[in-house]
Amino acid sequence: MAEITENAVNPAAPRTLAEKVWQDHVVVPGEGAGEAQTPDLLYIDLHLVHEVTSPQAFEGLRLAGRPVRRPDLTIATEDHNTPTLEIDKPIADPVSAKQIQTLRDNAREFGIRLHSLGDAEQGIVHVVGPQLGLTQPGMTVVCGDSHTSTHGAFGALAFGIGTSEVEHVLATQTLPLKPFKTMAINVEGTLRDGVTAKDIILAVIAKIGTGGGQGYVLEYRGSAIRSLSMDARMTICNMSIEAGARAGMIAPDETTFEYIKDRPHAPQGQDWDAAVQYWSSLPTDEGASFDAEVFLDADALEPFVTWGTNPGQGVSLSDTVPSPEQFEDPNAQAAAQRALEYMDLTPGTPMKDIRVDTVFLGSCTNSRIEDLRTAASIIQGQAKDEDVRMIVVPGSARVRLQAEAEGLDRVFKDFGAEWRFAGCSMCLGMNPDQLAPGERCASTSNRNFEGRQGKGGRTHLVSPVVAAATAIRGTLSSPSDLTAGQSQFQEA
Amino acid sequence: MEPFARHTGIGVPLKQSNVDTDQIIPAVYLKRITRTGFEDALFAGWRKDPGFVLNREPYSSGSVLVAGPDFGTGSSREHAVWALKDYGFKAVLSARFADIFRGNAGKQGLVAAEVDQQDIELIWKELENHPGTEVTVDLQGRTVTCGAVTAGFQLDDYTRWRLMEGLDDIGLTLRTEADISAFEAARPPFKPATLPARTA
Repeated sequence: MAEITENAVNPAAPRTLAEKVWQDHVVVPGEGAGEAQTPDLLYIDLHLVHEVTSPQAFEGLRLAGRPVRRPDLTIATEDHNTPTLEIDKPIADPVSAKQIQTLRDNAREFGIRLHSLGDAEQGIVHVVGPQLGLTQPGMTVVCGDSHTSTHGAFGALAFGIGTSEVEHVLATQTLPLKPFKTMAINVEGTLRDGVTAKDIILAVIAKIGTGGGQGYVLEYRGSAIRSLSMDARMTICNMSIEAGARAGMIAPDETTFEYIKDRPHAPQGQDWDAAVQYWSSLPTDEGASFDAEVFLDADALEPFVTWGTNPGQGVSLSDTVPSPEQFEDPNAQAAAQRALEYMDLTPGTPMKDIRVDTVFLGSCTNSRIEDLRTAASIIQGQAKDEDVRMIVVPGSARVRLQAEAEGLDRVFKDFGAEWRFAGCSMCLGMNPDQLAPGERCASTSNRNFEGRQGKGGRTHLVSPVVAAATAIRGTLSSPSDLTAGQSQFQEA
Repeated sequence: MEPFARHTGIGVPLKQSNVDTDQIIPAVYLKRITRTGFEDALFAGWRKDPGFVLNREPYSSGSVLVAGPDFGTGSSREHAVWALKDYGFKAVLSARFADIFRGNAGKQGLVAAEVDQQDIELIWKELENHPGTEVTVDLQGRTVTCGAVTAGFQLDDYTRWRLMEGLDDIGLTLRTEADISAFEAARPPFKPATLPARTA
């Protein structure tokens, strides 16, 4: 279609990936300029829905007598509230059960496709979209969930929205939005063995801070990003929100196309050729300028872990727990002091000496098949530390089936880990999987806020590689800490 | 949203400044799945006090809240506006509103009328000396009347127009429905759809 390559602006001017996707979705441009500019009305290609942030939006539609404009661009799944054990039994918590039932009723009433607990396509909303091939380059994707940024790994503009906006998208398939600024995150070089996408994004957040990305769409670029798989790219874009950015993006390339091809909702035949042609036009043009740039040396990166209670409070695994005096800013000092008290940590303690009670492998950050393969390759043939419990929660029922077909479930079970059903699980204290007060966890999830994984729980954010090695040694570890004969690990 | 031209109802004097949204609706009520039915949650903490204004007749059936300055500060929760509306309030008068609350009110059809504090105090006096006195909020003329007191109020042109037309954000967007349909007609055929469902 001719519209695909036409630009509302001067087509010769070099543009960033984010600007191209934005401009291709403007239904009605805003008026005025600068601060006073009214919002652009943007078309939304895909709306993902889950049980927690949708009930009032559907209620609003019902009260106003409005239908869902495009049920065919909307898909729902159950993830936040769902248990990961005994999923064939009724949900025990009445509030959770009611939210789930409400989603089921709403999906039926408004004609929305829903993958319920027990369905082979059920799972964390941000794992389900890409796996079905519904997330594609150049799309606008929204969901009432801040980790919608995950889908930016495909070169889509994807961001979380509030309940009123959920209702707005359901009713109109559009959103009024003010333009954003762009920030390039350049990661050049080659990652060492045992260093992964999770370490890149934790290092980025530690570098720019949890508010550093505010008002920006981040574009992750450079040779280290190009060499990553789609699963790894999703891990990076997923945590853009932890740097304060609403969205993060990675330019689509052969790796992206290869991932999408032959998935259930991938374009087929002529559509595929047209799609690839369009997708290939999306990467940031030579000479396009970003409003801000950040540089990171991939060669210098080590496994990264957090010591505090926000995702920016991280250090290299070989480092020690910092002391509040190391921070110049008085607010950062106070935050560090408070975090150390909550985490019950003493400055100067080597991170590798920190003993954990629990290892959680899961969440929309790290629960895809590659994450499971990587962790399984490290623990295979190893013994788990006796005092550590390890919970493995695949991101979707489909990931679980795939893992079982590959025998990964047996590796985890033989190791002594719990093999669970799909869901958000222990990433957020909303379902039965929670930390007890004082319990310390090495977690592959995305937020180490006070109480996030359960009241009084203490979270260290880690990669699946570190999670696996930690489960073996009982203290925060990387595979290089394992004794000789335990070194069969290879980077996935 | 119902178009709003003019409303007359019993005035409720809430003689406090900095009424934050945690007071308007405590966090415990945010777990609910409905958008209506928050009337019991409105000022839930304060309503435990039998002397609280909404526990007294005839204020309990009021529909115009007359509050001190800096109304609606704190958390951005939309539930604060829902609770006021569900209780039956059509308008809140205050000398100053928190930005987010003002925005949320505009979205939900609750009039947040900015009235000078000296006029607010005159109205309070009227409402206390003559409980049950009605307040008229006239959006057309941007005036409030209570007994012998008549005062002007501030409300930006855009919000006033939207309230008078009864247009919420969605209603406004739907005015450009032709543009949305035209955009949809031009979407490339390779864009994915969730229906009919395909699975692996």
